[in-house]
Amino acid sequence: MNVPTDLRYAKTHEWIRIEGDSVTVGITDHAQAELTDIVYVEPPKVGAAVTAGATAAVVESVKAASDIYSPISGTVTEVNEELSENPALLNTDPFGGGWIYKLTASAPAEIETLLTPEAYTAQIS
Amino acid sequence: MSDIASLKHSPLEAARIAAGARMVEFGGWFMPVQYSGIMEEHRAVRTAAGMFDISHMGEVTVTGAGALAWLENLLTNRVSKLAVGRGQYTLMLDEKGGVIDDLIIYRTGESVYFLVINAACRDLDLEWMRAHLPNDESVTLTDLGNDYAAIALQGPDSEKILRSLYPECEIPKRNGMASLSETGGAIPELVARTGYTGEDGFELFVPVAKGETLWNNLLAAGVKPAGLGARDTLRLEMGYPLNGSDLSRSRTPLEAGLGKFVALDDPEKPYFIGSEALRAQRAEGLLSLLIPLKLTVKGPPLRAHYPVLSGGSIVGETCSGALSPSIGEGIAMAYLPVALTEVGTTLEIEVRGRLYPASVTTVPFYKKPSQNS
Repeated sequence: MNVPTDLRYAKTHEWIRIEGDSVTVGITDHAQAELTDIVYVEPPKVGAAVTAGATAAVVESVKAASDIYSPISGTVTEVNEELSENPALLNTDPFGGGWIYKLTASAPAEIETLLTPEAYTAQIS
Repeated sequence: MSDIASLKHSPLEAARIAAGARMVEFGGWFMPVQYSGIMEEHRAVRTAAGMFDISHMGEVTVTGAGALAWLENLLTNRVSKLAVGRGQYTLMLDEKGGVIDDLIIYRTGESVYFLVINAACRDLDLEWMRAHLPNDESVTLTDLGNDYAAIALQGPDSEKILRSLYPECEIPKRNGMASLSETGGAIPELVARTGYTGEDGFELFVPVAKGETLWNNLLAAGVKPAGLGARDTLRLEMGYPLNGSDLSRSRTPLEAGLGKFVALDDPEKPYFIGSEALRAQRAEGLLSLLIPLKLTVKGPPLRAHYPVLSGGSIVGETCSGALSPSIGEGIAMAYLPVALTEVGTTLEIEVRGRLYPASVTTVPFYKKPSQNS
């Protein structure tokens, strides 16, 4: 299972990528493999406040709807519009084209509470 | 998931797990929801062939001089119409007309009937049947549910595959049942040309000890294992009801749109359990009907228990729903007031607080390409 080394991870299988003030959120390769065929993504609204550990988005496979929890708190600055046409990007490119939303962190210290790639690898193996 | 040890297990469980099954609890059974993925399995059944372990379903034989009369009393469809080797879809109701189970009954001999009942209500069905047996021993009921392994082979390539595995078998016509192979054993090997997918296909019934070999032979013939997830999307695309979701003790077959399987006006069948309630309901007029709905915009997959609204008020809820893998649209079934059931009626379905426009449509939701012309 692919676990990129430049990201941080939530126990609930989301990842974040930090680029300056912008934090990108998606779900892991392990999560997409567990969910299988993703057919619908309901992202948060741009401008919405999201809270660490609270539901920020919903991802639906044929069989079930799954909540996606925001790894850290902040304000949503952008959502991946591409997913409304092509939700399967979460399956095919979970760490790239399958990103779900971007935010600016309101409590950057929360980042340190997230799992390192090593710790997340240990959790899923 | 509830405690696995308390669940019932199919004789094919080891073979299924070897095929990569992801297991879930279903109706008290430990069952595979999917193998390679619901979309892929669904597509395999629509375009080639897939197989479902249906060993969790129950098999019951009814024999004896009184079998026919007793079954006519118990079931809604006209059993006496069945020639030997033929089967029919039928329902078993309570006195109020509520659905206990929907099932298929085959006549396999002069006075021999073979019933295939749903997994989740096997015990309840048998209890109901036994409670209604005559005391004169003119009817013998035998539960073979734990003696059979059963596999549904479904898809356009099914006949070709069945012929390759059983060259001697006399392949039955649609809704027929025949001997799969003559073994002379106590548990006859049977094949029925039925299914729950809308595709051509067969349901194969073999003694438990032979189940795994059959599964592996089908696998070697290129048949794709498919789980409950694909079984649900396939049946829903055809508008076939699922007992426990679309059918229940609180709904009658008339409300469920299954009137053609209910012999209410047949002079040869003046009575069956539930018939009086159904006649009364028909005389008073139906209040609600199970109808198919389709989202008219791109939206989330529909699922059971989503509110259905008309003019801002909740008028019902979905009892089954899916994003149809074949047509790519949100589809659902719901019981709605009769005034709102005309084809084309505009409604809304609420998903996580948002309203999506929908309209009343017709089943099947999915029509085979050849049927479109």
